[in-house]
Amino acid sequence: MTIDTLVFFLLALTAVAAAVGMLMSKSAIYAALFLILNFVTVAIFYLILGAPFIALSQVTVYAGAIMVLFLFVIMLLGAEVLPPAEALPWQRPSAIVLAALLFFEAGYWLIVRSPLSGALTHPPAALNDTSAVREMSAMLFNQYLLPFEVTSILLLVAMVGAIILTLREKQKKEGGA
Amino acid sequence: MVPVSYYIILSSVLFTLGVAGVLIRRNPLVILMSVELMLNAANLAFVTFARQYNTYSGQLFVFFVMTVAAAEVAIGLALIVAIFRTRRSIDVDQMSSLKG
Repeated sequence: MTIDTLVFFLLALTAVAAAVGMLMSKSAIYAALFLILNFVTVAIFYLILGAPFIALSQVTVYAGAIMVLFLFVIMLLGAEVLPPAEALPWQRPSAIVLAALLFFEAGYWLIVRSPLSGALTHPPAALNDTSAVREMSAMLFNQYLLPFEVTSILLLVAMVGAIILTLREKQKKEGGA
Repeated sequence: MVPVSYYIILSSVLFTLGVAGVLIRRNPLVILMSVELMLNAANLAFVTFARQYNTYSGQLFVFFVMTVAAAEVAIGLALIVAIFRTRRSIDVDQMSSLKG
């Protein structure tokens, strides 16, 4: 077993364990912290796969911004642990069965029906090599310019929408209009 | 190097765990986190294939997926806050007002 495989299995174990921990933890705060661990592990996978820009975006956008938003809302609502209520009795076993079915389905189509051949052969770019990022940004602003502009509109819409949704309606009470 | 199929299997395991999270949990915050986990698993598959075919398109697509995920989380959390304000509870089992 080479060092690459060993590192892969250690990281994969961490990622899966963090995901299972997120599923099982009673408190939403622990779930969020487990998810951050999962995101950081996946970011290390991106580094191994030769995508340093995506790895750093993952840490800043996902583990940084998005999860801070999550933790902020959890603490704002004070709803980290839901009061025990009677759950649907068949929900958990049927969910596990359906998820296992999905996994075998995906495995069947991805591995058995269309075997992915071979190891990753292309050597990854060095981490301090900026040519990959330069090439990527040239592609982003030429070939993918329209999707890039559309995402800017999407973010603007999301920002306005989030403000509208959480705005308290003061005009109705004060002006009566 | 590690075979491509290992990464794809890891990606499908993480995706399945995300699906199980959406189906099992009753806290909408954890459900949103599970959706993030699924998007993350898809991103891992994208980066793996980008590496295998030696192209940057896959990495750029991950970039777009991250943007959409950020927008989705902002709107989803705003909805949860709005629901909590009106109903004082965020248990998804109790959000059955529209039931006929």
